[in-house]
Amino acid sequence: MLDRADGQIFTGNVRLVHAVGMHARPAVKLTKLAKKFQAQISVRVAGAPEWINAKSVAKIMAMRAAHGSTIEIKASGSDAEAAVAALVDLIASDFPDGAG
Amino acid sequence: MTDTVGIVIVSHSSDIAKGTADMVRQMVGSEVKVAFCGGNPDGGLGTSVPLIIDAINAAWSPKGVAVLVDLGGAETNSEMAVEMLEPARRDLVVVCNAPIVEGAVMAATEAAGGSTLAQVKAVAEELSAD
Repeated sequence: MLDRADGQIFTGNVRLVHAVGMHARPAVKLTKLAKKFQAQISVRVAGAPEWINAKSVAKIMAMRAAHGSTIEIKASGSDAEAAVAALVDLIASDFPDGAG
Repeated sequence: MTDTVGIVIVSHSSDIAKGTADMVRQMVGSEVKVAFCGGNPDGGLGTSVPLIIDAINAAWSPKGVAVLVDLGGAETNSEMAVEMLEPARRDLVVVCNAPIVEGAVMAATEAAGGSTLAQVKAVAEELSAD
């Protein structure tokens, strides 16, 4: 198995620049990208009480992150560092077509 | 390219079925096979067992097919269509208890990641859970 989690957690913060926030299409792209990694990945709007599984499209759509809010990402597992970098890049680049 | 679960959309209206399929293709992409049918063979509102069978076969994948339906008859006719499939395929088709548009988009998103039929169904049905 690929499970070589050593307990290390990688984190990232990125501002949501998408004009109307985390609506359906960005949520699908984020979820699809997250699923490409083995790592356990969670996201939340900065300061929110609960972390959300980045691989659950229903929960990502329901998080209703607003334009200009900061998204926190944390991941653990073998490819956690790459997963955080990829998700930060996706959000920072405003979910370009063809990504995810 | 690994196989992904196929998605079938069954509405009483061909416009809704086609529009839902368009949303799935545009939002999720082309890696998931999507087929749809809507309306009766006379062009009116309704669903048709033969057309549902054709759609299931069009979206066929070795990993199975998840069917999203709208109102009552779409569900019963989809279940009838599943029963009329060749035996080897019957167990690989599920009708999801989920809203048709949201369920189709979420099921396809899950399918695109290579998930199993059971996982795809569970994600579509997350929306119906309390």
